[in-house]
Amino acid sequence: MTSDDNGIEVEGLVRDFRKGPRAVDGIDLSVAPGEIYGFLGPNGAGKSTTVLMLTTLLPPTDGTARVAGHDIRRQGARVRAAIGVALQEAALDPLLTGREHMRLQTALQGVPRRERAARGDELLARMGLADAADRRVGGYSGGMKRRLDLALALVHRPRVLFLDEPTTGLDPSSRSELWGEVARLAREDGVTVFLTTQYLEEADVLADRVGIIEAGRLVAEGAPETLKAEIGRPALEVVPCDALQRGALAEVLERFGTAAAAPPHAAAVRLSRGNDALADVVRALDAEGIAIADFQLHAPSLDDVFLARTGKQLVSEQDPDEQPAERATESMAS
Amino acid sequence: MSPAAGTLGLQVAQLARRSLLRTFRQPAQVVPIVLFPLFLLAVNTAGLDAATELPGFPSDSYVDFAMAFAFMQGALFSMISAGTDLARDVESGFLQRLALTPMRRAALLLGQLAGVMAVSLLAGAIYLLVGLVAGVSVVTGVGGVAVLFALALLIGLAFASLGALIGLHFGSAEAVQGFFPLFFVLLFLSSASLPRELIEQDWFRTVATWNPVSYLVEGIRSLFVIGWDGQALALAFGIAAVVAAAGVAGAARALGTRVVRA
Repeated sequence: MTSDDNGIEVEGLVRDFRKGPRAVDGIDLSVAPGEIYGFLGPNGAGKSTTVLMLTTLLPPTDGTARVAGHDIRRQGARVRAAIGVALQEAALDPLLTGREHMRLQTALQGVPRRERAARGDELLARMGLADAADRRVGGYSGGMKRRLDLALALVHRPRVLFLDEPTTGLDPSSRSELWGEVARLAREDGVTVFLTTQYLEEADVLADRVGIIEAGRLVAEGAPETLKAEIGRPALEVVPCDALQRGALAEVLERFGTAAAAPPHAAAVRLSRGNDALADVVRALDAEGIAIADFQLHAPSLDDVFLARTGKQLVSEQDPDEQPAERATESMAS
Repeated sequence: MSPAAGTLGLQVAQLARRSLLRTFRQPAQVVPIVLFPLFLLAVNTAGLDAATELPGFPSDSYVDFAMAFAFMQGALFSMISAGTDLARDVESGFLQRLALTPMRRAALLLGQLAGVMAVSLLAGAIYLLVGLVAGVSVVTGVGGVAVLFALALLIGLAFASLGALIGLHFGSAEAVQGFFPLFFVLLFLSSASLPRELIEQDWFRTVATWNPVSYLVEGIRSLFVIGWDGQALALAFGIAAVVAAAGVAGAARALGTRVVRA
């Protein structure tokens, strides 16, 4: 099998549900073999619905896609044989141990009997779960569950890996461990990774290319650096020593660009000439007699990209009450 | 993939194994299956023993007569067990994980049912052992015990498949448990406590006569107290087989709606 087969090609993918607006509204994208593609968007944007379609669990209303060279509509079994999938809520059986999960998964994936135990142990060790292998999954932490989920997705050596919000709800250290493992899979094993996330940082750190989805449509696509460079201009945030001078400060700053969002005690400007203007800003503030308590330069972030393309802020803080907006199977069954 | 690995048999075995592990790791699921029927058997035998004095009562030992009730309760628990386990797989998304493997759809259903059947076989053996210790006699002898287990398994399968149908259709363990009282009422409105001929209230006798559960009970009971009764056995096996076939077909259909894959 050549590595050319590992890509993802999506053309005009659409999914309607009986209730609610069109979940996925004509998505075109392509992911190169061995690439990590970050599918970034807020809750309910259509990320999970797209993943369900690409993994053959949900038929598209229109459009098509080829995953690892196979048509998702007509060659479902071949697609599934080539992909590994970790879906949004790590669907594990709390009553079974990690090792029992591996045993079931290796058997169902058709790993030859004599290789099953070794393959399971190898992946458990790789994910740092060797010591917890014989404990019931009900007692695992969130990070351990996600790592087991990833191990299960890898038993049949998939060439394309789909990860639906793999780090949602994880603490920062568990998150970076998982990032390290995903990066290693792509860099060392040449696995193509399609990853959805609502975390800007995750897309920024991990993805070679990012697609930003909002209300079922792809609104921006490219390498994180390229996308940020398109926004181009950094934002300067200044905190005056005297809070009463905040108005005067804002007026001065606006000579150098357009006002940007800032905390109540500060003023900010998106610098129209970029970093070159910094010295001039300081001189101008000095000339006006405005003393500066704090001074920060913000490089453009993917959030700025999102804001520029959609006019909205991508809230990446997690709301514990938030329900995943895309429960495709439920909608289908109703 | 090795050629043998994708076989249905292997997949069923793996999923049956999982079902058994799940069951035995939830004492709250195992204990009622064993204890509740035995408890009711003891209570009924103590309280209703006088019924054996009724003219026309088919046995002079109420405990012989009441054994069928225990087996029927066991079947009801099979229904809950199969239904809630499958409903939990829908709720947790485990079903999607399975759907992403080359597993045949039927394997999930058959594996789950096989696991539940194994538990019900074990429970049946315990009822019988406790019964024998308590002085129960099986009038049809060793052959009768073999037929008893065959019939109990088929009845268990019938109820378990109904549970699976409910669990997969509603995708909610609560929904499955919600159906339990309904089936329990069906059991009470059958000839489980008294032979139909001896039920005095006309409405009760009529309901019990129309209630298919009566014939399942009577089939099992015939092996304990009547002797070889071809008609009772044919009715019991026939009704259980029809319900099991309908239940399995319905559950397979519900599973097909849940797991739509290209």
